[in-house]
Amino acid sequence: MTEVWVTIAVLTVTTALTRASGPALLGGRDLPRQATNVIVLLAPALLAALVVVQTLSAPAGSELDVDERVLGVGAAGLVLWRGGSALTCVGVAAAVTAVTRALL
Amino acid sequence: MSRLRSQPAFKEGVRLGVPYAVAAVLLAISFGVLAEPVMGPIAPIVMSAALFAGSAQFAATAVLAAGGDAAAAIAAGVLLNARYFPMGVALAPSLEGGVLRRSLVGQAMIDFSWAAASRGGGRYDPAFMIGATLPSYPCWVAGTAIGVLAGDLIGNPADLGLDAMFPAFFLALLVEGELRPGLPAVAAGLGALIALALIPLTPAGVPIIAASAAALVGLAANRRVAA
Repeated sequence: MTEVWVTIAVLTVTTALTRASGPALLGGRDLPRQATNVIVLLAPALLAALVVVQTLSAPAGSELDVDERVLGVGAAGLVLWRGGSALTCVGVAAAVTAVTRALL
Repeated sequence: MSRLRSQPAFKEGVRLGVPYAVAAVLLAISFGVLAEPVMGPIAPIVMSAALFAGSAQFAATAVLAAGGDAAAAIAAGVLLNARYFPMGVALAPSLEGGVLRRSLVGQAMIDFSWAAASRGGGRYDPAFMIGATLPSYPCWVAGTAIGVLAGDLIGNPADLGLDAMFPAFFLALLVEGELRPGLPAVAAGLGALIALALIPLTPAGVPIIAASAAALVGLAANRRVAA
């Protein structure tokens, strides 16, 4: 049980420090143009990576795990392509994943 | 805070944050269900209240559940949260005030609100981001408590397809907000490929941080303008 509380305590501190680091070190001033050109692209790069990792990795990570989530997220992509809202897209992803899991 | 609350951007953020918070409740419930057998009833709720960082919580819990020690669990959590550094770097030029105030605003960063507060051209709307994060916090903590207490009734969250909700949500944010033709689309495609290639090779968290290197294609932007 000590392991659990040590984990929570240390992660509480490191999480807060990590969230503070960028704003504390670089905040309040405009960056050189080259840096801005890179920073604008962090959002698409990180979001795409989050989609891939959360769709295709095993729960504990470090392993590819292709399961029903792929169909759910694929269906969500179709919803978006057809102009559906983010909420519909999330609902469809969960429903398709759950139904295929129940059937397969 | 009262000044913040009167800002239209803050209110808009809260409005957008509510549906996300509903999704966050479901994910928090699944965290509570999975964490209770590993940590008992109190620790998961404390962890959600203190960290408020879903992926790090899931990762650290998975390591402990697999018999890992605190050092391994901490390493997993730190790696997954390391993406807040590049995210904070992107946010930084849009923040006003001293170091303490900027560091506090940084605490309001969650993937969703950070991405939704992006205004293009590298600018972010901090009031919007704080508003969008706010509904998720109580929902995240309460959802964890529900999962801990009602785990036996809920069963396996994966049966409900809850694990597909967040990638779908990030896909929506990507497609609706960030996937403009040209360099943003290139950065997204490259980020996805880097992450995919690294999943089987590296510890959890590394693929996402490494994918931020895809943003370096932005260095080509100026050259193209110059040419």
